[in-house]
Amino acid sequence: MSDQSNFDQYRRRFLGGSAATVAGMALAPGVLLHEIGHAKPADQAVSDEVRWGMLIDSNKCAEGCNDCVKACNDEHGLTGFDRPATDAQWIRKVTLKDKETGYTQTLPLLCQHCEKPPCVDVCPTGASFKREDGIVLVDKHICIGCRYCMMACPYKARSFIHETLQDQKPYSPRGKGTVESCTFCVHRVDNDETPACVEACTAENHNAMVFGDMNDPSSAISQQLKQYNSRQIRADLQLNTGVRYRGI
Amino acid sequence: MIKHSLVILVSGLLLGMVMPGYAGDSLLPEVPAAQARYSDAQGCVEPTADMRKNHMKYILHQRDETMHQGVRTKQYSLVECINCHVSDAPDAPRVSSEEHFCNSCHSYAAVSIDCFQCHADRPVKTSGTHAMPAVGKSGSEIMPVLASEETIHE
Repeated sequence: MSDQSNFDQYRRRFLGGSAATVAGMALAPGVLLHEIGHAKPADQAVSDEVRWGMLIDSNKCAEGCNDCVKACNDEHGLTGFDRPATDAQWIRKVTLKDKETGYTQTLPLLCQHCEKPPCVDVCPTGASFKREDGIVLVDKHICIGCRYCMMACPYKARSFIHETLQDQKPYSPRGKGTVESCTFCVHRVDNDETPACVEACTAENHNAMVFGDMNDPSSAISQQLKQYNSRQIRADLQLNTGVRYRGI
Repeated sequence: MIKHSLVILVSGLLLGMVMPGYAGDSLLPEVPAAQARYSDAQGCVEPTADMRKNHMKYILHQRDETMHQGVRTKQYSLVECINCHVSDAPDAPRVSSEEHFCNSCHSYAAVSIDCFQCHADRPVKTSGTHAMPAVGKSGSEIMPVLASEETIHE
């Protein structure tokens, strides 16, 4: 089947679908708008009309809870070699302590999916790139493993693969000699699902993580960002991060 | 001379006709059968002869579109190649084996591929409830579970 006829088919389906949507919108406008905003057919490229973001409420993030990290490791098959200094880590729990009062709090730290990512600036091959929808990725086909991006990242979000790997996940290819980091579970996001860490956090009823389109004013994340005070980590660097935090 | 080459050509053609039945004994690679047909009209996502010659171009093109633009159609997806061409049995051949679909030909042609240094060389269950979108071009729907998932460490 040619690309053109595929496109036509999709267009027909879309037009048919949107008529039904208009009828439904009167019943539940918020919900439906939210869903339509994110639906992307498989054969369409992502666009900058969407900017994916995450809001993490550190007040709800329990000390000792590791559910998001576990979910990430499971999802992407991140295996350890008992070498914590170099083992791949896409999301990690960080504990903050106020030295004066002794107050401690904990939060997950992952790739912040910056609007102006330093890792992309320094990449000599163009392997480190930002997708139109704001997700920062490494194209491992192009990555030469120089690790400049690891040095440039203010959040220490990237890992280098030192070992030969086997049994990678089909949707998350990883290999020796390349740099990697959180992908916002791009394979799930492209399929209208939320990242594995957010799903795990919500499933365990912690609800500390919200994922969504920051460009869509009706999305849960936009509404929470509007309603509550939130911060970017190292906002002074003016990177405009896609991951925001409450309660820090 | 012309007569001689004609004899070679004819015997080559005859051999070619006989070969499929005796693939095991021949010099030609023994390529494992796919698990499904793309359509009634054709076995693979493009005519077989075209796929033999150009599969790398289709995969390369799809690779860049998927990586950079999030296009996730199934027709030229490497994951779908593997899902259809490699068995989901726990003892299914790895890409290092000549019984693996890709390597059966590539070892014969002496072309080394590095796709599977990163990509899975056998079908693995997709994440959670996740199923690849069926919109647009669709290949096989096979999404089997592989028993080797307990290699995950936390």
